[in-house]
Amino acid sequence: MKSWRLPAPYLLLLPAFIVLAAVVVVPLLLSLYSSFTPFRLTRPDSIWTFIGLRNYERLFTDWEFWVAFGRTVLLLTVALNLEMVLGLGLAVLVEKATRGQRLLRTIMMFPMMFSPVLVGFQFKFMFNDNIGLINNALQGLGLTDQAIPWLIDGTLAFIAILTAEIWSSTAVFAIFILAGLMAMPKEPVEAARVDGCTPWQTFRFVTWPYLMPFAFIAMTIRSLDIARAYDIVKIMTDGGPAKRTEILWTLIARTGYSDARMGLANAMAYIAILLSIVFTAMFFRQLAKARAQIAAEW
Amino acid sequence: MATVSLHSLVKRYGNVPVVHGIDLAVADREFIALVGPSGCGKSTTLRMIAGLEDISGGEIRIGGRKVNDLPPRSRNISMVFQSYALYPHMTVAENMGFSLKIAGKPQGEIETRVAEAAKTLGLEELLERRPSQLSGGQRQRVAMGRAIVRNPEVFLFDEPLSNLDAKLRTQMRIEIKKLHAKVNSTVIYVTHDQVEAMTLADRIVIMRDGHIEQVGTPEDVFRRPATRFVAGFIGSPPMNLEEATVEDGKLVFAGGEALPLPRQFRDKVEAGRKVVFGLRPDDLYPTGHGIHSGEEAEVHEVEQAVMLTEPLGNETLVFTEFAGREWVSRMLNPKPLKPGEKVRLSFDLSQAHLFDAETGTTLRT
Ligand SMILES: Nc1ncnc2c1ncn2[C@@H]1O[C@H](COP(=O)(O)OP(=O)(O)OP(=O)(O)O)[C@@H](O)[C@H]1O
Ligand SMILES: [Mg+2]
Repeated sequence: MKSWRLPAPYLLLLPAFIVLAAVVVVPLLLSLYSSFTPFRLTRPDSIWTFIGLRNYERLFTDWEFWVAFGRTVLLLTVALNLEMVLGLGLAVLVEKATRGQRLLRTIMMFPMMFSPVLVGFQFKFMFNDNIGLINNALQGLGLTDQAIPWLIDGTLAFIAILTAEIWSSTAVFAIFILAGLMAMPKEPVEAARVDGCTPWQTFRFVTWPYLMPFAFIAMTIRSLDIARAYDIVKIMTDGGPAKRTEILWTLIARTGYSDARMGLANAMAYIAILLSIVFTAMFFRQLAKARAQIAAEW
Repeated sequence: MATVSLHSLVKRYGNVPVVHGIDLAVADREFIALVGPSGCGKSTTLRMIAGLEDISGGEIRIGGRKVNDLPPRSRNISMVFQSYALYPHMTVAENMGFSLKIAGKPQGEIETRVAEAAKTLGLEELLERRPSQLSGGQRQRVAMGRAIVRNPEVFLFDEPLSNLDAKLRTQMRIEIKKLHAKVNSTVIYVTHDQVEAMTLADRIVIMRDGHIEQVGTPEDVFRRPATRFVAGFIGSPPMNLEEATVEDGKLVFAGGEALPLPRQFRDKVEAGRKVVFGLRPDDLYPTGHGIHSGEEAEVHEVEQAVMLTEPLGNETLVFTEFAGREWVSRMLNPKPLKPGEKVRLSFDLSQAHLFDAETGTTLRT
């Protein structure tokens, strides 16, 4: 009797399946499962207690969680919009430059070369209320005579974090939009000028519709980035002081590692992932629409 | 009502001049064709008139008003681009109505005018499509539609038909002619294709290396080319042109062959002068197979061996060697000829042209 053997293609793919399962699927399922338990790192056997949706129920009424959630959405919205406007401005300026354009393009990308952790430290130093560059400059110029508590006041700290985020990542938008500008055919713009458009109308009705898909690609990439923005916030404020700048990921990390409540943290993380998925899906929809509009061939 | 005039118009890119001070006066409602070889500055000139290119020197007036420093939107022109330049994200109707929308016209008026233009151009079925869903010929018509809805004073065309196949081109040529008769605007039309220029234009401007060589009616530039360049450029197949020296009543070619000096040039060209002799293929034909071009025909016959023939159906182009060079002749009512066969060729010297060998200008007075 012939013994049954796995067909060759499956056999050959098996190692890949096993590795993938071990490093991706199993941890994913495990974390999903643990979000249904009161699992604490300090009491390993608690992972066996199944409590159903209790973690999720708790989160739905957890004010602190929803504040962090809202703050994350706010950060996403404000940062993405500002980055897009600034990136667009940068791209248009660089595209206008008749000489030194390559150099400008390179310089534009500098912020992206730094690790977010370094950016965090840099801005933490700059915004420091005693020794920071910014207060120093403001006082030196006589614009204010007292130290502004940049990283201590909730709103100001939020602005400081935003600044760091924007500084480090506006280039993403600028690069995509610049690529769009450079790929754009010149004739429709000229046709618009002949058709009676002012420079602003030309931009608004002809150039911008063409650039939109490029901006949405940058949006999609950046929305994933910010939705998991942890490093800069962790370094600059660590969600503090007194949770005034707590965002989802700092909250989750604290719950999981400091408070050791891994089950609850995993439940939060799954809700946060939903947020990312919603944003990404939204941008993909916009992208598809914009692409169909300009009838892009990609 | 718009005349267009160019006064010593100059265009330089950096220090490189590409248009060298041209003068041209276009009458109201005139159809002017700009022709010339690639790179001679036709598009540059047109784009300066449109306001898309800065003017390095001289002056442009539209309707008597100096427009040098006016942006395109203030010149009341419309332009059809070679690549059509449609707005990819707008439908055909939006493309055509865009200029009206920008001008702040009410929606109702925009719709009527777009519908009207669409009807003229046979685009009614396509109004909701986007440019990417159209064929080349349809895009071309949309580009035309976009230009005509505005009712501009001046139309500028930059080789609008060059991306179309031969048949469509002929068809659109007729459409453009009808359109001009209907809208009655001034038209400046750049083209490579001399058939387009000859059939459409009231006057043709022939440019070369940033200069104007000749301005004239199609009849003028064909019958009375002002320079050797125009003679060679207009007409297909091109005019036979060959250098010769004038010697008492004869034109002597480099190899020693000679032709009588055409009657109309006797007493006008002194002996010893270097000239270029020009004769169109229509006026050089195997004896008995030509166009009888009137009472004053002054025919000189030479026997030659056939090198090559190109039968075109109703006529055959016959290539023969004379004076060290290939001459093209046009044979009407063709009969088969074999390479090497001897034929008698008639040179209709009454139709001959002479140009100064140095300057290239015509010696006809
Ligand atoms: N932006 C530019 N910079 C430098 N030189 C240019 C520029 N644009 C055009 N030229 C030069 O100007 C000359 C005239 O160009 P133009 O486009 O007017 O030619 P054209 O007669 O329209 O030719 P074609 O029939 O091939 O379209 C060419 O020699 C071209 O190389
Ligand atoms: Mg051109």
